[in-house]
Amino acid sequence: MQTGVLETTRQPRALTRPSRIRRLWTKICRLRMGILGGLILLGLLAAALLANWLAPHGPFEQDIMSRLQPPAWMPGGSSEHLLGTDGVGRDLFSRIIHGSRISLAVGLSAVILQVLIGVILGLAAGYYRGWVDSSISFMVNVMLGFPFILLAMSLVAVLGPSLQNIIIALGLTGWPIFTRVTRVEVLKLRDMEFVLAARSLAFSTLRIMSKHILPNILPSILVLATVEVARAIIRESLLSFLGLGIQPPTPSWGAMLAEGRDYMLMQWWLAAFPGLAIFLSALGINLLGDGLRDLIDPHLRKD
Amino acid sequence: MLNAAPPLLHVDGLKKHFPIKKGLLTKTVGHVFAVDGVDLFIRPGETLGLVGESGCGKSTVGRCILRLYDPTQGRICFQGNDVAAIQGRDLIRFRTQVQMVFQDPYASLNPRMRVREIVGEAIRVHKLHPGRSWREQTAHLLREVGLSPDQMDRYAHEFSGGQRQRIGVARALAMQPKLIVADEPVSALDVSIQAQVLNLLDRLKERFELSYLVIAHDLGVVEHISDRIGVMYLGRIMETASDRDLYQKPLHPYTQALLSAVPKAEAGQRRKRRALLQGDVPSPINPPPGCRFHTRCPEAQSECRNIHPAMIEITPGHQVACHKYAEGGKDCP
Repeated sequence: MQTGVLETTRQPRALTRPSRIRRLWTKICRLRMGILGGLILLGLLAAALLANWLAPHGPFEQDIMSRLQPPAWMPGGSSEHLLGTDGVGRDLFSRIIHGSRISLAVGLSAVILQVLIGVILGLAAGYYRGWVDSSISFMVNVMLGFPFILLAMSLVAVLGPSLQNIIIALGLTGWPIFTRVTRVEVLKLRDMEFVLAARSLAFSTLRIMSKHILPNILPSILVLATVEVARAIIRESLLSFLGLGIQPPTPSWGAMLAEGRDYMLMQWWLAAFPGLAIFLSALGINLLGDGLRDLIDPHLRKD
Repeated sequence: MLNAAPPLLHVDGLKKHFPIKKGLLTKTVGHVFAVDGVDLFIRPGETLGLVGESGCGKSTVGRCILRLYDPTQGRICFQGNDVAAIQGRDLIRFRTQVQMVFQDPYASLNPRMRVREIVGEAIRVHKLHPGRSWREQTAHLLREVGLSPDQMDRYAHEFSGGQRQRIGVARALAMQPKLIVADEPVSALDVSIQAQVLNLLDRLKERFELSYLVIAHDLGVVEHISDRIGVMYLGRIMETASDRDLYQKPLHPYTQALLSAVPKAEAGQRRKRRALLQGDVPSPINPPPGCRFHTRCPEAQSECRNIHPAMIEITPGHQVACHKYAEGGKDCP
């Protein structure tokens, strides 16, 4: 009886095991959108790390003689300035490359801060329930009901506009969504039999939360975190656009968008290309998030 | 021979009521009377079957025994110690002695863990087998439950339902328990697999000197492995008897109805009458007064509607809570 149980699962596997290359290929096909997202993010990372080598000009280098030049492929454009120049003759392409540093730094750090605050509070709320849950949920509701821009503006106003303070402001305003998602997932999991089993095996609460519950909610957190990185990048742009974020002349996509607004009708590229940069990086990160979720989920992993 | 031994587990007047909360200020608007006065005991080496329809509170009894729930009222004593009073280090010791096998072989194994982690984690964390590596011990346990140690590095979802249940049994065994509460251990499995898992439980009982509380909704399941059986209905025990007594001389009308629902395969053995039950189980939020069963009982009298019948012993070891047998045992067999 027992040997029968064992053999039925082993034999067909050995017969149909596909070659290594073939399995890799099917995996790549399945994850192609995620890989595209990863490539976009990789490009963004490369731009941020290698900005000094990739950018043909310095971000602050002004050439007043060639101000407001259109992109290279348009009449009047030159190959010297691939995406044209702004009102004081700075190379737009170089500034966008340098701007990726700000966007990535803010996006990643702010979300790390959000996840740390949000997930810990969510775990506590979902696992302990009762008054812990009531007070944390109340806080979350207040935070979510409060207009983000007002909160972030007042925080930046108090702390002063700097890269570090923008990260803090975005981190302190963005965590409630992580708490919400974590809390619901924990509520769902905490009464599942494998968590009861862990309790009956006399594991500590810390072990149950970190080894048994957390790994099961990580995919949701990861997917949410990637979406939130994109959102933090957009929010940084928004704050910079409003003049509360990165201060000129430091190149930030949002600030560039704000500067480009004045030229929108005639020199559209000044607003369009920083906007496109924001859009592409947000899209890439979102695609990567979906891909990662598929990769991490053991139910989809068939190797 | 077993009768002389002091009970391993003794449950006395166990009640568990779950509050129903509602509204903004989470006001308690009522209670689910899941378990409402249960007495039972299990002797060392004995298997007690606990049978009842779904929702009768049998799983709640099991979870209270493991202290996964705190009882509303009543005492649970394990080896003479009050379970509710166990604290700190002793709680770990208690948990090594009482373990659970869960109903759902899919929900009871962590989908993100490999088998070696599921079975071996407790051995590693609590350092249960000094002098032997946890991997060796895990492999040994897997062999004991009929799985191959080569499968240690797989995830639970790569196994069939029956194999998963074996993993769950191995996880419980890792703690070297004295008592295993098996909560519907086979109800989620195919009929062909059920017997395998029940046989496994039976074999392990001898090998590891275990006692079982087997919870099931199907009398056919507990028949094979139980020494004694308790029949539960709406949070209360209606009848307890030895395995043989219960099947040959069921006393309570509810037990009779349950037994007539067990399909029999023997040819020519036609049942004289099928005591089929009418209606549904009443809600445990608002249980009927008097005998819990009177709303569906074919033999209900007026006193059944008002007075809760006490447990009376008809023959040694055979107890029933029914007014029918109260006055000098007029219907006594």
